[in-house]
Amino acid sequence: MLVLALDTATPTLVAGVARRTGGDAEVLAERAVPSGNRHAELLVPAVREALAAAGVALADVGAVVAGLGPGPFTGLRVGVVTAAALADARGIPAVGVCSLDAVGSGARTVVTDARRREVYWAAYDATGARVEGPGVVRPEEARLTGPLVGDPRFADRLGAPVEPAGVTTAGLLRAAAALLDDPSAAGPLVPLYLRRPDAVPPTSFKPVTTS
Amino acid sequence: MSEPLVIGFETSCDETGVGVVRGHTLLADALATSVGEHERFGGVVPEIASRAHLEAMVPTVHRALADAGVSATDVDAVAVTAGPGLTGALLVGLAAAKAYALALDVPLYGVNHLAAHVAVDELQHGPLAEPSLALLVSGGHSSLLLVPDLAREVTSLGRTIDDAAGEAFDKVARVLGMPFPGGPPIDRAARDGDASAIDFPRGLTGPRDAAYDFSFSGLKTAVARWVEARQRAGEPVPVADVAASFQEAVADVLTAKAVRACRDHGVDHLVLGGGVAANSRLRALAEERCAAAGIVLRVPSPRLCTDNGAMVAALGSRLVAAGVAPSAPDLGADSSLPIDVVTR
Ligand SMILES: [Zn+2]
Repeated sequence: MLVLALDTATPTLVAGVARRTGGDAEVLAERAVPSGNRHAELLVPAVREALAAAGVALADVGAVVAGLGPGPFTGLRVGVVTAAALADARGIPAVGVCSLDAVGSGARTVVTDARRREVYWAAYDATGARVEGPGVVRPEEARLTGPLVGDPRFADRLGAPVEPAGVTTAGLLRAAAALLDDPSAAGPLVPLYLRRPDAVPPTSFKPVTTS
Repeated sequence: MSEPLVIGFETSCDETGVGVVRGHTLLADALATSVGEHERFGGVVPEIASRAHLEAMVPTVHRALADAGVSATDVDAVAVTAGPGLTGALLVGLAAAKAYALALDVPLYGVNHLAAHVAVDELQHGPLAEPSLALLVSGGHSSLLLVPDLAREVTSLGRTIDDAAGEAFDKVARVLGMPFPGGPPIDRAARDGDASAIDFPRGLTGPRDAAYDFSFSGLKTAVARWVEARQRAGEPVPVADVAASFQEAVADVLTAKAVRACRDHGVDHLVLGGGVAANSRLRALAEERCAAAGIVLRVPSPRLCTDNGAMVAALGSRLVAAGVAPSAPDLGADSSLPIDVVTR
């Protein structure tokens, strides 16, 4: 079965096409696009390119895998809603995975940019299974066990080297393996926000004349 | 051959709207709203709205297609609000629309939310007279538009220089202890009030003020000061009179400027749109003044005046019919999309 994988949880969006045979996934094409705040502009073109590079049509795809974050909300939602809409329009299942699961492999702690001077993190054992997280923390207050992989810009503040690594199609497929075997077990695609919306109820009516 | 089937996505604020039209015929207008989640904040919280859009998106599409009695594969074109609006909210609808267009292999039209407010009237009253004038008033916008060609040319004559009219309603409602959004409770309270009881200021109506711009900040503050002065003096606040007098000031300025713009530009058709167009006093005064000035007034039903997906589908349908080129695959959202950009 052909699988389309999408992730917009980090500043580099990923769109990949893989062929899944039994439990094995062979990545046919992948686009990793440094996209900053432009996920919405660049994701669909990246999907088109990945499909073309793989020599397949969207109609041939049998399932969609979406990274659910954690990641900066606005960009994250672009990937999640794109995956949901593509799958809905094609009548195929969409399954979601923690994006951090798709970064690096083996025993590691993954760190990515959470903005506001914080990092998202998750820890994995030698089998690659997530044992802690995902969470969000200030790097200075983090007690993370190495090796660290992910966004190297946080090495200084974490006080340890961070091996550069990003979300990959292979990682998304690996994280989604069980759900792809049985998509009926997958829930709806709900982003891993980890933070509540910033919103404060007004405390009095005074601001009307003072603002 | 039947006219093209167009699906429209609207997520510029707190309403997740998905509409389906065929030509000028409204087939479905599915809506999910997060308005209740914003109530205790006294205004729309962008992140809460964006989260709600994502949750509601696919179910709302299903509802729209079911209501229209069509399947996704029948869709000939996708239209989506590309701006103006809240960036995070816009992007959910935009990404969904792009994905549906890709998966269904149909053209995508990123459209201007304000132009869509004008287009929606075609679903109820048929093709728009061109040129028309449009007065769009809501919690997010207060605009006076000249519409020579809805598919290609819309120009701004004036707009609010501070608060949107709907914001003034929300803030005055708060002063009067009424719930959010403030439009409906003020309209209700005003029915029992005297609109001439209090002479609230009419912003930007002096001889040297911009003829078509609006200002509602001074009015809002005047109402708050008036009410607070009463409260400080320990006197009861005549809520109905305050509501009626405030509403009168808003309706007076809006309609006077719209009628003047029609006269100045030799236009004899005026379209109302936006949530505040549901206000009963604004509708009544607009009817009265348009009739006196020989202007044909077109007002969509209140349901279509507020933000919805059908208005976006209506404009998309208009663009398809006019042979306008679809948007590029790298279409993005623009929170302050200028009105002269009908499609991008
Ligand atoms: Zn609107």
